[in-house]
Amino acid sequence: MQAPDKKRIHAIVIRSSLITVLMFGFGFALVPLYDVFCDLTGLNGKVSLTPIHPVSTPGEVPDVRQIQMQFIAINNETLPWEFAPREFSLPIQLGKPYVTHYRAKNLSSRSMTVQAIPSVSPGLAAQHLSKMECFCFEQQRLEAGEEMDMAVRFVVSPSLPQSFSVMTLSYTLFDVSDKNTTQLTRN
Amino acid sequence: MSESHHPTGIKRWLYTTNHKDIGTLYLWFSFLMFLVGGVMALVIRAELFQPGLQLVEPNFFNQMTTMHGLIMVFGAVMPAFVGLANWMIPLMIGAPDMALPRLNNLSFWILPFAFFMLLSTLFMPGGAPNFGWTFYAPLSTTYAPPSVTYFIFAIHIMGASSILGSINIIATIMGMRAPGMGYMKMPLFVWTWFITAYLLIAVMPVLAGAVTMMLIDIHFGGSFFSAAGGGDPVLFQHIFWFFGHPEVYIMILPAFGVASAIIPTFARKPLFGYHSMVYATASIAFLSFIVWAHHMFTVGMPLVAEGFFMFSTMIIAVPTGVKIFNWVATMWRGSMTFETPMLFAVAFVILFTIGGFSGLMLAIAPADFQYHDTYFVVAHFHYVLVPGAIFGIMAAVYFWLPKWCGKMYDEMMGKVHFWLSFIGLNVTFFPMHFVGLAGMPRRIPDYALQFADFNMISSAGAFLFGFSQVFFLGIVLQTILYGKKARSEVWDNPHGLEWTLPSPPPYHSFTQPPQVTMAHASPR
Amino acid sequence: MHINLNTLLLYTGIMMSGAFIPASVAEELPRWQLNMPQGVTEISRDIYGLHMAVLWVCVVIGVIVFGAMFISMVLHHRSRNKEAATFHENFWVEVAWTTIPAIILIILFIPSMRTISQMYDTQAADIDILVTGFQWKWKYEYLGEDVKFFSNLSTPSGAIYGIENKNNHYLLDVDEPLVVPLHKKIRFLITANDVLHAWWVPAFAVKQDAIPGFINEAWARIEEPGTYRGQCAELCGKDHGFMPIVVKAVSDDEYRSWLAERKRQTAQERTLMAQQFSLEQLVERGEKVYQSQCMVCHNANGKGIPGAFPSLVGTAISTGLMNDHIDIVVNGRAGTTMQAFGSQLSPLDLAAVITYERNAWGNNMGDMVQAIDIARFINDAKQ
Repeated sequence: MQAPDKKRIHAIVIRSSLITVLMFGFGFALVPLYDVFCDLTGLNGKVSLTPIHPVSTPGEVPDVRQIQMQFIAINNETLPWEFAPREFSLPIQLGKPYVTHYRAKNLSSRSMTVQAIPSVSPGLAAQHLSKMECFCFEQQRLEAGEEMDMAVRFVVSPSLPQSFSVMTLSYTLFDVSDKNTTQLTRN
Repeated sequence: MSESHHPTGIKRWLYTTNHKDIGTLYLWFSFLMFLVGGVMALVIRAELFQPGLQLVEPNFFNQMTTMHGLIMVFGAVMPAFVGLANWMIPLMIGAPDMALPRLNNLSFWILPFAFFMLLSTLFMPGGAPNFGWTFYAPLSTTYAPPSVTYFIFAIHIMGASSILGSINIIATIMGMRAPGMGYMKMPLFVWTWFITAYLLIAVMPVLAGAVTMMLIDIHFGGSFFSAAGGGDPVLFQHIFWFFGHPEVYIMILPAFGVASAIIPTFARKPLFGYHSMVYATASIAFLSFIVWAHHMFTVGMPLVAEGFFMFSTMIIAVPTGVKIFNWVATMWRGSMTFETPMLFAVAFVILFTIGGFSGLMLAIAPADFQYHDTYFVVAHFHYVLVPGAIFGIMAAVYFWLPKWCGKMYDEMMGKVHFWLSFIGLNVTFFPMHFVGLAGMPRRIPDYALQFADFNMISSAGAFLFGFSQVFFLGIVLQTILYGKKARSEVWDNPHGLEWTLPSPPPYHSFTQPPQVTMAHASPR
Repeated sequence: MHINLNTLLLYTGIMMSGAFIPASVAEELPRWQLNMPQGVTEISRDIYGLHMAVLWVCVVIGVIVFGAMFISMVLHHRSRNKEAATFHENFWVEVAWTTIPAIILIILFIPSMRTISQMYDTQAADIDILVTGFQWKWKYEYLGEDVKFFSNLSTPSGAIYGIENKNNHYLLDVDEPLVVPLHKKIRFLITANDVLHAWWVPAFAVKQDAIPGFINEAWARIEEPGTYRGQCAELCGKDHGFMPIVVKAVSDDEYRSWLAERKRQTAQERTLMAQQFSLEQLVERGEKVYQSQCMVCHNANGKGIPGAFPSLVGTAISTGLMNDHIDIVVNGRAGTTMQAFGSQLSPLDLAAVITYERNAWGNNMGDMVQAIDIARFINDAKQ
């Protein structure tokens, strides 16, 4: 019987197993990497779920350029809420902060908690949108039949490329009543 | 097998650490899975024979497409190649066995459990997984049948089996080569498997990660793939295809190796461009890591990403083309005969090239907006996998079966099997290009009337192809039981160490490392 | 177990009677279609051009490679060529067949990039439509116009199960198509309510994944009037194959009058919703709903089709507890072809059809249910 170099084989096995473990970790590392990637490229029109305060450079004049900002409301899984933007479309000037409101009413006969998830189209425009205040930053709870106005305060940066003349911001409401303990795992 | 001391009967197979036994087990297991997956394909084709719902309900139809895909990929193609690797790699590099024989036993024997678990989901309340073999979230998480948990564990076990098998293959190739068998002298089958094994240990853990995240989402309140908790269903697709695209090459690279062994043998001429073959294989493997999002052109990626993935995907055509050209150049001015392995190998080159052409078309991102998720894609990947991977495996079986069992198969029957399969698969899959272009989406149990004619033809072809594989089983059994004695060389002056051994080789072969001369090494 | 024996038998009977595709219908069908349609937008024609260009490149390469192979297989067969050559390397040949394909690919890449950039055009559109994929139907919402509706498959299940003939638009017909004007930039904002879907109309070369929680966009400027059909292109569960898309492209004037009429209808439905109706009014309305939604399976006389679809005359549901009746109509029955109508019909139509079923064909229950009760039932069920 030939004696293969046991030590060498041992080393190869260790090395290969290490690759395996690292790649398993890499699979999970793809999760935060993907978020970074989304932030950089506007993939999926993902918008941050935490407030961003735009740094205004002193002396910077707001761009005179105007774009059309559209607002959409979507109920996931036919959520029994009335949910709609106060105004569907706003002409906005770049660099200037605006406030708009969404109206929500819980039509069901129990109290419910929802999480609003924002999305922007075209996706690449997302990185030029900063929200200082948003009802999507935390879960919203309404008693049966209760209604409220929810505010979004935002600014679109003058860095928005010329090729964009319209930007759509959507909010999708997800029912998270059963997941009261679950906070947002990621943003 | 006179000199061997091993248990007989069932214990031999349960406890075996012999690479030949384990190779045999893998091959039989994969053939069984091939038949199971094939029956599912026939259920699909029977339902699609005519428009309207006749045989199965849509939900069961979806279970069939899902299980067919999973079983063919993880149960038929991959274990068959591992079986070939087990049998041939030690014989080709002059090693007495695999580097880790006991691990080898384990990596095989966990497979039947995985597939038992997967198949048992068919009988569970809610049925088997019905979300497609790509199991996109949230259909596979929030909306999945309860059996999804079993599916996840089955994938984990299959993954573990593949990873253990691959580590073993890497260790064998790196540590067990006979003196004189340098890397650049290894047969291409060994080379392609070496690269495949690295692909496997790189991406199977990523798949394991993906299903683990699913498990967390389903049972532990996670939200990796659910927008409600800040996750993203598209993330799932990125992770899946980061695994999935290299997986495609895992299923084809060893077949490249098989073709590179068979074509020179029957052209009676050395393989053209051995070095470029090795480099092309390595570049295909490398590129496979940066093309994954071409499966997701319609998912809403930014323009830059569309451009990048379109370009990287198109570039894969270059090394793949090199391989095709090399095989043609090997045939050129050879002295060819067309025994069954050669027929399969030549058909492999032609039909795989057709699959490559449709692959190039699919790479064109704007055009993919029309092709995506239609039967054109189904036609494409079946052209790559059936005449690619499956024909590669069949060519290998006909080529090496006389070596394995010491008996010659019936040439006439082999040719009949080839022609039936060849006609069957083209009749099945070629019309799918047409219905796909005409607008038939994939994964539908019923379709509009304008697709009826071609679907009927496809279904007829599928049954022809299916039944010719039963014929294949007959040929293999007949060879083992009644085949004529095979010579140790089997073919005319074949090339490689395995042919220096008697047919069948002794239970323990190359117990003394062989003398590797120019006559055995590649390129000769 | 999963095989529906009854329908199988029925189907076999119909096949034997030769009613598979009636000849009159088959003549008009675009059968044996081999290629991609050119479509009716500039983009779709560009894509068709790219498709044909790549196809021809592949054909030419194929002819060369397979030609060389076949010549070799004939000429270099052992019967003609006893002694094989021994060459196995040629540096310049290998350089050539690496670089030439690379150059061809780059030439193909440039026009592809141009087309896809156009598809990603982000300028404002004339009309914005929110398209939402549901299991298993589409919802269209004309943004800023207060017009929204569901679009359901309208092929009767009898046709699917082979009990009646399949028409030319089998599986490609809906109860209410999307109506859009010609020569305007229409922007589709696409999302989903539950799982992934994909909105695909081949004639526009628009295919975009619908993802719950996210919006995607695509656009089209249609150049020819007509009715264009497509299907969901992402596996979305059981009835993935049964959620077609129908788009009617009409002149701007026609579009405007259609939109005005649609708005009027919406307003009317809203006022009706809050009203209380008499039994007679509900039965009258319910009969119409029944005819459009239920009759295909349960038959005009309510007796269904023995062996395939159950009767509603004097049965436990239609003459039993009101709540059970509402439940099966709103939520459907799992494992059967009885769909959940809760999110397809308005509460008023649901109330009407349930009341009708309880008071037709001699069911004479004399009870009724109001729209508001249905709305309450739906909301309660969500808890």
